[in-house]
Amino acid sequence: MLRPLPLLTTMVLLGPVAFGLIGTVLPAFGFLVPGADAPLAHALDWPGLPRALAVSVLSGVLSTLGALIGATLILAGWHGTAAFGWMERVLSPLLAVPHAAAALGLAFLIAPSGWILRIPANLLGWDQAPDLLILNDAWGLSLTAGLIAKELPFLLLMMLAALPQAEVGPRLRVARSLGQGRIAGWLKAVFPSVYAQVRLPVLVVLVFGMTNVDVAVILGPSTPVTLSVQVTRWMTDPDLAFRAVAAAGGLILFAATVAVLALWWAGERLAARLGRAWIWSGRGLPESPARLAGLLLAGGSAAMVLAGLGALAVWSVAALWTFPDMLPDALTMRSWSRFGPEMGAVALRTLTLAAGATLVSVILVIGCLEAEHRFGLTLGQRALWLLYLPLLVPQVAFLPGLQLLPLSLGFGPSVWLVLAGHVVFVLPYVFLSLAGPFRAWDVRLARVASGLGATPNRTLWRLRLPMLLGPLLTAVAVGVAVSVGQYLVTLLLGGGRVPTLATEAVALSSGGDRRAIGVWGLGQAGAALVPFMLALIVPAVVFRNRRGMLHV
Amino acid sequence: MSDGLCFDAVTIEKDGTRLLSVSASVAPGDVLTLMGPSGSGKSTLLSLVMGDLPPAFRTSGRVILKGRDLAGLPPEARHIGILYQDPLLFPHLSVAANLAFGLPRGESRAMRRDLVKTALEDVDLAGFGPRDPATLSGGQAARVALMRTLLSRPAALLLDEPFSKLDTGLRDQMRRLVFDRARAARVPVLMVTHDEADAEAAGGEVIRL
Repeated sequence: MLRPLPLLTTMVLLGPVAFGLIGTVLPAFGFLVPGADAPLAHALDWPGLPRALAVSVLSGVLSTLGALIGATLILAGWHGTAAFGWMERVLSPLLAVPHAAAALGLAFLIAPSGWILRIPANLLGWDQAPDLLILNDAWGLSLTAGLIAKELPFLLLMMLAALPQAEVGPRLRVARSLGQGRIAGWLKAVFPSVYAQVRLPVLVVLVFGMTNVDVAVILGPSTPVTLSVQVTRWMTDPDLAFRAVAAAGGLILFAATVAVLALWWAGERLAARLGRAWIWSGRGLPESPARLAGLLLAGGSAAMVLAGLGALAVWSVAALWTFPDMLPDALTMRSWSRFGPEMGAVALRTLTLAAGATLVSVILVIGCLEAEHRFGLTLGQRALWLLYLPLLVPQVAFLPGLQLLPLSLGFGPSVWLVLAGHVVFVLPYVFLSLAGPFRAWDVRLARVASGLGATPNRTLWRLRLPMLLGPLLTAVAVGVAVSVGQYLVTLLLGGGRVPTLATEAVALSSGGDRRAIGVWGLGQAGAALVPFMLALIVPAVVFRNRRGMLHV
Repeated sequence: MSDGLCFDAVTIEKDGTRLLSVSASVAPGDVLTLMGPSGSGKSTLLSLVMGDLPPAFRTSGRVILKGRDLAGLPPEARHIGILYQDPLLFPHLSVAANLAFGLPRGESRAMRRDLVKTALEDVDLAGFGPRDPATLSGGQAARVALMRTLLSRPAALLLDEPFSKLDTGLRDQMRRLVFDRARAARVPVLMVTHDEADAEAAGGEVIRL
């Protein structure tokens, strides 16, 4: 039962990426899709290509740098302070907010008629929204800002998880006693160990920034769109011959991603060299400005996402709300009674899909971890790379193939294909979330239990899993949040006929009905956040009379 | 000697170096004490008896319990109770459920409840059944851990530095309790310790590694 699971999990992670890439390469060179004529040349001839590619690379690199610098500065400058504790509590739940919902909220803030510009409008007496292209700006700066706001909390939590292995306290005390400032000492003595551990998540952020579709549709430029969005358009074109062009476009973006990853790798080497020179120089940093910058970047991110959710909420209950009023004339439930029932039905379907994908993932992950515990079977040293593989290969590079290859074998898009696709992206996050607590469980308890005559299965079901209820539910919540946020998989593998909160919310973004966007965006955020609340509440209630479970 | 625990020319090697070799036997109710510095292979011998020795170790000889060779038996089929320096009560279960965890199957529910109740009264913990294990004092938790092991009717008892975390006064009391109970239940005991006083209190054979 247990022994084949590590291998099966490997195949779940590896198979779709490999098949998807094959299914993308073949059509890109004119095979597999009938009627496609020189698709690669067609894609290369697209007039928007240079600009689209430039914006993709720019927004990816800038957003990764921004998120990394922000997370590093807040951690270096504020870790252990009250302000940091407060920030951590605010940022953690924001991590669960799906990209699309966060981007929709952000759009409500920074649009020319959005909440932010209504402030000067009120002060200066404008009665019309300024004619500025802030949202969807041609160079993708609002896209970059949106990505920073969403990825900074992710990198911050990843770095926090890496801190215990970096001996922060002692190293920082030594560095400071040698005359280094708080941030300079942290960067010189702690950062290299922390970065080594969060390197893969940083690369995931880089690839996501370059190749995401949902945020780019909502916040990114429109003429031309980013390359990932253009590939999606080709992919969903009624003319089937464009599928091959889409595959070619996906391949171009994949090549660009590989090139940028190589450049990033070179950048890491350069940064290490500069860092060593900096250590030799003995120079410090302007501490106060650096601490302030960290606080502004991290606080700004949290404030933007929170205020964005607030804007979604207010619009969903707004009656008449004209520019430049800060609040609507009156509140009404009209939008909720109009869009609520359909949104609720789609939310139910979304959560069912998420529950299915999460259940499969949790079973595979527990199977792998238990096989590791019982037989010492691990996925090997490369396991971490394997887990990150589906997150490091751009979705637009292998999802077209994952739609085209089954199609050529006679399997059309279906809800089952969508479910399988979700598992590929849910599984890594469930694994990363559960592995630590599972491995940290005191195995002496298992020895005591086997001495009492308990079989390994009884120990797993009666002791280990019940004791890990909290981490288990958190992993489930992570899985559900990831699934609820999946846009491109759902769109492509469902052939546009499996509507979920993600696809509907993104589809609405171009329509401009702010009340509908408010209802649907809030619905998507809620679907991802409620499981996290349950994951906190349920163990606290179940173990309310068990003090020994508080620290587990 | 056929109903005791017997080490018949047992050797343990890792990467070609011999860690230890033991030939000894413990009669029911007696205590065999293993003393030695850390890294001398004491815990490895415990693992061998428990049945969860990592495959990197190579062994020869036989471990015989109640006349039966333990080789190849899974840990849960060996009926070997183990006590550590921490009581390791299952934190999500009540005190009573902890005690019931190792009860052999086949008895009625009422009978099981009775056994648990008697066991608690036996160590001056009457009425503690519904309690959260985290609310017990160190000495109380150690007594529950001992009774949990004894209720599972072990064929042998392993003690892995069992008293090292207790206060001095409590330590004497626990030693007497554990050794008395083991003698009363006629269970052979294998103890690993750093503390000469443990070996003295045990009274049996002492092997220094």
